[in-house]
Amino acid sequence: MNIIKAINLVHEYIKRDEDNNVSGITKALDDVSIEVKEGDFVAILGHNGSGKSTFAKHINALLSPTSGTLIVDGKDVLDPTKTLEIRKQAGMVFQNPDNQIIASVVEEDVGFGPENLGVQTEEIWKRVEKSLKTVGMTAYRHHSPNKLSGGQKQRVAIAGVVAMEPKCIILDEPTAMLDPNGRKEVIEAITELNKKKNITVILITHYMEEVINADFVYVMESGKVIMKGVPREIFSQVEELKKHRLDVPQITLLAHELKKSGLDIPDGILTREELINALLKVSQQ
Amino acid sequence: MIRDITIGQYYPMDSIIHKLDPRVKLFATLIYIIALFSCKGIVGLIVITFFLATAVKLSKIPFLYITKGLKTIVMLLLVTTIFNLFLTPGKVTFWHYGILKITDVGITNAVVMTVRLIYLIIGTSLMSLTTTPNQLTDGLEKSLSPLSKIHVPVHAIAMMMSIALRFIPILVEETDKIMKAQMARGADFESGNIIKRAKNMIPLLVPLMVSAFRRADELAMAMEARCYTATEGRSKMKPLHYEKRDKIAYVIIISFLVIVVAAGIVIPYPQ
Repeated sequence: MNIIKAINLVHEYIKRDEDNNVSGITKALDDVSIEVKEGDFVAILGHNGSGKSTFAKHINALLSPTSGTLIVDGKDVLDPTKTLEIRKQAGMVFQNPDNQIIASVVEEDVGFGPENLGVQTEEIWKRVEKSLKTVGMTAYRHHSPNKLSGGQKQRVAIAGVVAMEPKCIILDEPTAMLDPNGRKEVIEAITELNKKKNITVILITHYMEEVINADFVYVMESGKVIMKGVPREIFSQVEELKKHRLDVPQITLLAHELKKSGLDIPDGILTREELINALLKVSQQ
Repeated sequence: MIRDITIGQYYPMDSIIHKLDPRVKLFATLIYIIALFSCKGIVGLIVITFFLATAVKLSKIPFLYITKGLKTIVMLLLVTTIFNLFLTPGKVTFWHYGILKITDVGITNAVVMTVRLIYLIIGTSLMSLTTTPNQLTDGLEKSLSPLSKIHVPVHAIAMMMSIALRFIPILVEETDKIMKAQMARGADFESGNIIKRAKNMIPLLVPLMVSAFRRADELAMAMEARCYTATEGRSKMKPLHYEKRDKIAYVIIISFLVIVVAAGIVIPYPQ
């Protein structure tokens, strides 16, 4: 079943001059059609300004499409009476961890979402407990968010969303402001949510390494979906990706260069093990 | 220097003061301020000193940490002290030069005013250091909830306050960063007279404002994404209910005010 279904989605930002006349229209989303199956880990790749964040905000009903339809968990985002239900089912994690933590104690922040939903007090505590455990932040529950590292803050933000028990979590470049360690922590937490709790994950990023384990990948540029497929398909098209100034994972790039220089190894190698096995095969021949 | 502001920062610690109901603490702060500014006489001040010292001791927060907040009002303190000291007319004049004079009343006033201001800052910092902004919000909201009947947006005001408090340290850090960035480009915040210095603050204040607005925008979006609607139907993770210690605290606070006021009537300052 598709939890998210976007059909020919268009979103226009209208620029106005001082006299309030339209001076230009930017299409942030241009005829985007994306489908996400329940329980999947879907990645959306693209440069800054490719429209990926705009799309993310549509799923959470923070922005509404200029035209086209977007159905989230069976509800149309254009129906204002469904907005809260959609936000409850599709939680969102943003890029800057500082600007999404509301409370000054970790556990109170995790409880903020359930409070807004009117969940009973005992149930809030249970959910806070569970969510903090899921992201491995239980030890920090009484700390002030200001004293945590970037990766820890972002995990708290994820716990805050998990506590609302959504079916789907959208992460809008959650690792863009983190160091490599923080990035790893966050990606591990997300993967765990997807695998163990079966929560649908939509990861928006421009780090190629993070999407290797995704079930499906969409690549966006200037508001359009330019490539889609499983990671192996996407990354086997190294030249095509390069044309759009997108990187490929280092291992994939290495394999690609080796192949170009004459070695007989397959396309779309994603991990070290795969490359080693392929090279062993070549050397045995 | 800019990192020394302690107002609005929570200091986590396991103490009886931390555990008190925020409504009690708000009420206590109010009574404390009333006592501080209505007290007449040395006995009253001693009682207040004792009350404050006990509260600080019970809170288990290092005293030096609390006094950090004082650094930011040093200028204000100096001005108040000097004005009171040199400009108050009195019965006995010890020294005078033009309009400047030192009198007995002037000395008393200067000392009392300085002590009052210092106590005011310590007392209020103590409250914000022992109460999380969320508790503070809850306390305010609950204490002021009768006002919502006359359409005062109590919840919204309380929420704004708690967010403002939460962002103080973040904005302070940001100010520090922008300051350094501008200094690296040759901005000068240290030299020149007061007008020149104020003008030099513009390259600091403009980016700070812009970034504060951007943060506000993002935060509002994050709150909306988490189903915040600022209307009825929210539940509480930590609902407020009075315990025995809170009732005892109320009794102590009321008797404290009575003692201070009574002391002022019985033994006023030497005139």
